Amino acid sequence: MADGALKPLVEVRNLKMHFPIFSGILRRRAGEVKAVDGVSFDIFEGETLGLVGESGCGKSTAGRAILRLYDITEGSIRIDGAEIGSQPQDDLRAMRPRMQMVFQDPQASLNPRMSVAGIIGEPLDEHTKLSKSEKLDRIYELMDAVGLNRDFANRYPHEFSGGQRQRIGIARALALNPKFIVCDEPIAALDVSIQAQVVNLLEDLQEKFGLTYLFISHDLSMVRHIADRVAVMYLGKVVELAPRDALYTVPKHPYTEALLSAVPEPDPRLEAKVERIILKGDVPSPANPPKGCNFCTRCPKVMEICRSEEPEFREVAPGHFTACHLHDQTKSQTAGKTAASEAQ
Amino acid sequence: MPDGAVPVLDVRNLKTIFRTRGGEIHAVNSVSFDLKPGELLGVVGESGSGKSVTMMSLIGLLPSPPAEVREGEVLFDGTNLLTTDEETLRKIRGDRIGFVFQDPMTSLNPVFTVGFQIMEPLRKHMGLDKAAARVRAKELLELVGIPDAERRLRDYPHQFSGGMRQRVMIAIALACDPKVLIADEPTTALDVTIQAQILELVKELRQKLGMAIIWITHDLGVIAGIADRVMVMYGGQVVEQAPVKDLFANPQHPYTRALLQTVPSVRGDRADRLRVIEGQPPVLGGPPVACPFRARCTHRFDRCDRENPARRDVGAGHDVACFWDAKTEAPIDG
Repeated sequence: MADGALKPLVEVRNLKMHFPIFSGILRRRAGEVKAVDGVSFDIFEGETLGLVGESGCGKSTAGRAILRLYDITEGSIRIDGAEIGSQPQDDLRAMRPRMQMVFQDPQASLNPRMSVAGIIGEPLDEHTKLSKSEKLDRIYELMDAVGLNRDFANRYPHEFSGGQRQRIGIARALALNPKFIVCDEPIAALDVSIQAQVVNLLEDLQEKFGLTYLFISHDLSMVRHIADRVAVMYLGKVVELAPRDALYTVPKHPYTEALLSAVPEPDPRLEAKVERIILKGDVPSPANPPKGCNFCTRCPKVMEICRSEEPEFREVAPGHFTACHLHDQTKSQTAGKTAASEAQ
Repeated sequence: MPDGAVPVLDVRNLKTIFRTRGGEIHAVNSVSFDLKPGELLGVVGESGSGKSVTMMSLIGLLPSPPAEVREGEVLFDGTNLLTTDEETLRKIRGDRIGFVFQDPMTSLNPVFTVGFQIMEPLRKHMGLDKAAARVRAKELLELVGIPDAERRLRDYPHQFSGGMRQRVMIAIALACDPKVLIADEPTTALDVTIQAQILELVKELRQKLGMAIIWITHDLGVIAGIADRVMVMYGGQVVEQAPVKDLFANPQHPYTRALLQTVPSVRGDRADRLRVIEGQPPVLGGPPVACPFRARCTHRFDRCDRENPARRDVGAGHDVACFWDAKTEAPIDG
């Protein structure tokens, strides 16, 4: 995946998405929620990048910002060579067919008053000039691709189960032959036995149509299954980015370590052997992140430098990036000293 | 768990239906189980499998109508909870059986302080006066690991984070030192690192307080970590029940086996392709006349369409409701 021959389809540089907080009688701007605060990564053509983190870490905001569902605060986003970070919304319209989204809640993201054919056909109405029969053919083709029975084309979303609704959402996202799809927690609302069906479908479609995914999820075991590379977010920043196997076997950032150790193991024999790192406390507010490293308030390996200086996001092994002073060669000596003196 | 121990809770043949305009929905069908003192029973199932409705039926928390507990017996301390009067039931609910729900935001009252809500059961059920209740409430918050407990008693639910709110819910449930704690997906709405905190807390509290716990979840990982015994539900029925190690090492029901194969792990081997359970969970309706899992089962044969399998013993404390014998890989006799 990460070999140099592949070219990045999506390049995100220093993406920031801040939401203003207004307060007082005059609704003055009192501060901002730094939901995404300087995120950079590439997504290579044909790969799946997993984006994981806990609720409120900014992963969904990042996904939406990358598709410019928001007007971003700062940064650059290039998709398929075209810069879309600063484009006005009207100009983005022509780009939309190439980048699509699958949402978390298939109940809320489908219009209850539209039939399945209407929902899947809507992007075709907006972006193509297909005749009525061509459109219907395309809708049937899409329903076949996602495993929905053609006979259901005139039914309404409430007549379907959660898994089937998610298939409708996926068919809609595929309608315009996109290259890049952001999947925002596509399986979180589904039952365990249905999750595997949808994940397998996403994998099949990727192979068939050469899709590139940004797969946003809090389910670390599912991400391990589907992603080629994984980025871990904490409080608006990417703290670690690595090829899948490296991230799961030799995590570098203390947060990734703790996060992975917290996942329960569905096997009592293995579960008994898991060494769990229990993090103290809660995630700080993104409106008022701590000084220095964002994770310094909960980090079990915190050092003095972490409370004053923000660690740089750097490559510590081939393709393995992390933002942590522990892995910063230039600082590790002083860090070692601090840790030693603290131990005394 | 000692096998001979008298169960604190004994549920026999529980049937709950919902009356709807479309007819009767049989949500819980002949569910039987018991809970030994100090034991943690995990209940696993997908949405609609009847796991929550079962527990709500036990303690009379379902709105009737539309719900009706039609048959069965729930013995708690020698009392049948299904036939007892509302007043006694209310006392038992506050005092002897604690409840923790999935969503800590909707189950706490937003307009009262957390202190008031912890003190309420103490004053109502234990007869403590205000000052004594406050002291006990502070102890409870400390017990569930909330720092600065004295001051936090005066805070409102919205001032707590999700994990902290769930701790408050546990504190309320523990207030009157219950014999049984029923926890309905208590960590599902929480992040994994917070979930790990709550699971540690529960393990610790079990050692300290020694109550019996029923833990409802859809997460097999959570079950593997904390349960002594597991009950698997599907389509409103118990399809398998076993000690936790036995269930994971030696699952008998085709549904349990498929479920265990379909969940990926963050450790261990990584499969290139996820195993799936084809089809959809059943839509509940009239009384079951056949196996609820048959439409998705890989071992289905003609008998599965005619009869609903009863639970049969397959090992020590291990039973399964299936006509297929996983050991001989053939239909059972009789």
